[in-house]
Amino acid sequence: MPTVAPLDLEGHCIAAVFLGDVPHFALADGAIHRLDHGHKTVPANDGLLAAFHDGANDRLITGGEDGKVFAVKAGGEVAELASAGRKWITSVAAGPQGAIAFASGKTAYVRFADGKTKEFAHPRSVEGLAFSPKGMRFGVARYNGATLHFPAAEGKPVELEWAGAHTGITFSPDGAFLVTTMQENALHGWKLADGKHMRMSGYPGKVKSLSWSAKGKWLASSGAPAAIVWPFSSKDGPMGKAPLELGTRGNAMVTSVACHPSQDVVAIGYDDGMVMAVRFADAKEVLLRRPGKGAITAMMWDKQERRVVFGSAAGDCGVIDISA
Amino acid sequence: MSDAQTTQIPVTVLTGYLGAGKTTLLNRILSENHGKRYAVIVNEFGEIGIDNELIVESDEEIYEMNNGCVCCTVRGDLIRVVEGLMRRPGRFDAIVVETTGLADPVPVAQTFFMDDDVRSKTRLDAVVALVDAKHLPLRLKDSREAEDQIAFADVVVLNKTDLVTPEELAKVEATIRAINPAARIHRTTRAGVALSEVLDRGAFDLARALENDPHFLEAHDEHDHHDHDHHDHDGHDHHHHDHDGHHHHAHASDIHDVTVQSVSLRGGEMDPKKFFPWIEKITQMEGPNILRLKGIIALKGDDERYVIQGVHMIIEGDHQRAWKDGEKHESRLVFIGRELDGERLKKSFEACQAA
Repeated sequence: MPTVAPLDLEGHCIAAVFLGDVPHFALADGAIHRLDHGHKTVPANDGLLAAFHDGANDRLITGGEDGKVFAVKAGGEVAELASAGRKWITSVAAGPQGAIAFASGKTAYVRFADGKTKEFAHPRSVEGLAFSPKGMRFGVARYNGATLHFPAAEGKPVELEWAGAHTGITFSPDGAFLVTTMQENALHGWKLADGKHMRMSGYPGKVKSLSWSAKGKWLASSGAPAAIVWPFSSKDGPMGKAPLELGTRGNAMVTSVACHPSQDVVAIGYDDGMVMAVRFADAKEVLLRRPGKGAITAMMWDKQERRVVFGSAAGDCGVIDISA
Repeated sequence: MSDAQTTQIPVTVLTGYLGAGKTTLLNRILSENHGKRYAVIVNEFGEIGIDNELIVESDEEIYEMNNGCVCCTVRGDLIRVVEGLMRRPGRFDAIVVETTGLADPVPVAQTFFMDDDVRSKTRLDAVVALVDAKHLPLRLKDSREAEDQIAFADVVVLNKTDLVTPEELAKVEATIRAINPAARIHRTTRAGVALSEVLDRGAFDLARALENDPHFLEAHDEHDHHDHDHHDHDGHDHHHHDHDGHHHHAHASDIHDVTVQSVSLRGGEMDPKKFFPWIEKITQMEGPNILRLKGIIALKGDDERYVIQGVHMIIEGDHQRAWKDGEKHESRLVFIGRELDGERLKKSFEACQAA
């Protein structure tokens, strides 16, 4: 039976991550809590709005109401990377070679590892940001589609059009597909080689959490009473195929998903605080945490594939040890 | 409803042209000692002279919903800002959204009905329009937005009354009434309205709005009676015609540059099997033309008053309270919009009456 080491905090957890194998919890007030031989806290943003785990550099990138971008490293080291004035930083992302991107209003910014920053103005709000895993390329989710920029080179961006408001964005780990979450209850995808569209709809709620499985073979998503897991292993992605529905519950909605680092297993967090792990092959379910105070908002597996860190909208966070 | 409402944060939407007094009113809301804390969402920090971490600048971003309905628009930026603010709800008691001068109030209002996340955490309290008494006639000439803002408002603050003569003021007020017979009007100078008249009104909670204003919709009827005597002297004669049914179309006001009209309907007890399909159909078909609708409905066999309100195609209804002893079981409904066929609305409404 998995055991849960709880950490009861006050407030909405935006990100729950391992940094240097230490569980970290970033809360909406901007405080970064960690369980490192006891409960420790460092302040980052004055009001946290967006966070992105930069796995390659073992850090958490945060953006907030104070218009600032920070990098948080294991051990409570917090460094300010950028400042965009009084406006909110609503989205952050990390990319190759230590580059980060952040958004404020209609402008996307890329900050390279050497500190140089480049601005990308858009006619409409920059809703979501993500770097491609290959090359220096990043995507912006926007009204009526997505825009791809090549910040290291001059030249025109690539525009991908699809009617509706696109709010979040992610590239598949092989860089072949781009998927956006939408204001309506749907995902939209593009096969980047030929721009072919992929419609992934039928969700009863908005999709707010996406997670690619090991090697990008599957894309797990929230927004339904089950984790909706789309197959991406064929060259045309999920087109013409039905998704898996894992961990279906009659009385709860999935709010967060996190795929296992190497196996076809997904950790599923629900709006009542329950967490389950479910195997793709046979849909076998293992209860990891009983319902708590608030909806699960963030989860991550550790590198040893032994623990899952989670956070909730009500602040009842913790670490699940599966090996116990 | 009551449980959810206690935890939902009220949102006041402030509309009005540049110079109408929005900033003055905002500064008062932020600085006066009323014991409440407000988060304020503005388009530009601009002239708000108060440094407050809860003033959020946001780029107005209108999103059409991808459902084929042109009037289903929301403010995408508000969805994001409200979501961010509501992650730390302990900081404020209410939210005020200031729109730009030219803003269409509808997407702002619809955001609070159409987005599930926003709707679960907040409730639209009231739409307040600030109107510059001196410049309104000019504004109505050169834009449709000025009229929309008044038509859509629950509360109209008729500001800068010291800059016009009593005659001009009376005319401006008559114009506002012609556009929106259901709104509360406050005459002010320097936006000096009591904050309790603009904040925490519960105007979209029609049950509460009715408690606050027992003569709601009735006051409007008095205007109609007034019109019967003097209908050549002001802009209200279309109501008169609607009631008498002499004309087949509801007319826009006589006042120049006013294109919004209202249609007031009155009937007895309604057959719920006829009324609900009717109101659904009307809002589906006429949705783009309907800015607001409000009503009190007497349903046959129902011990309670049913209240209904709507924005374009979105309608909401709920029981308000039991009918009092001796109270006349009467249905009243007002539509505010454009190109409304008053005669057809009247006939089809009356056809829903219980036999």
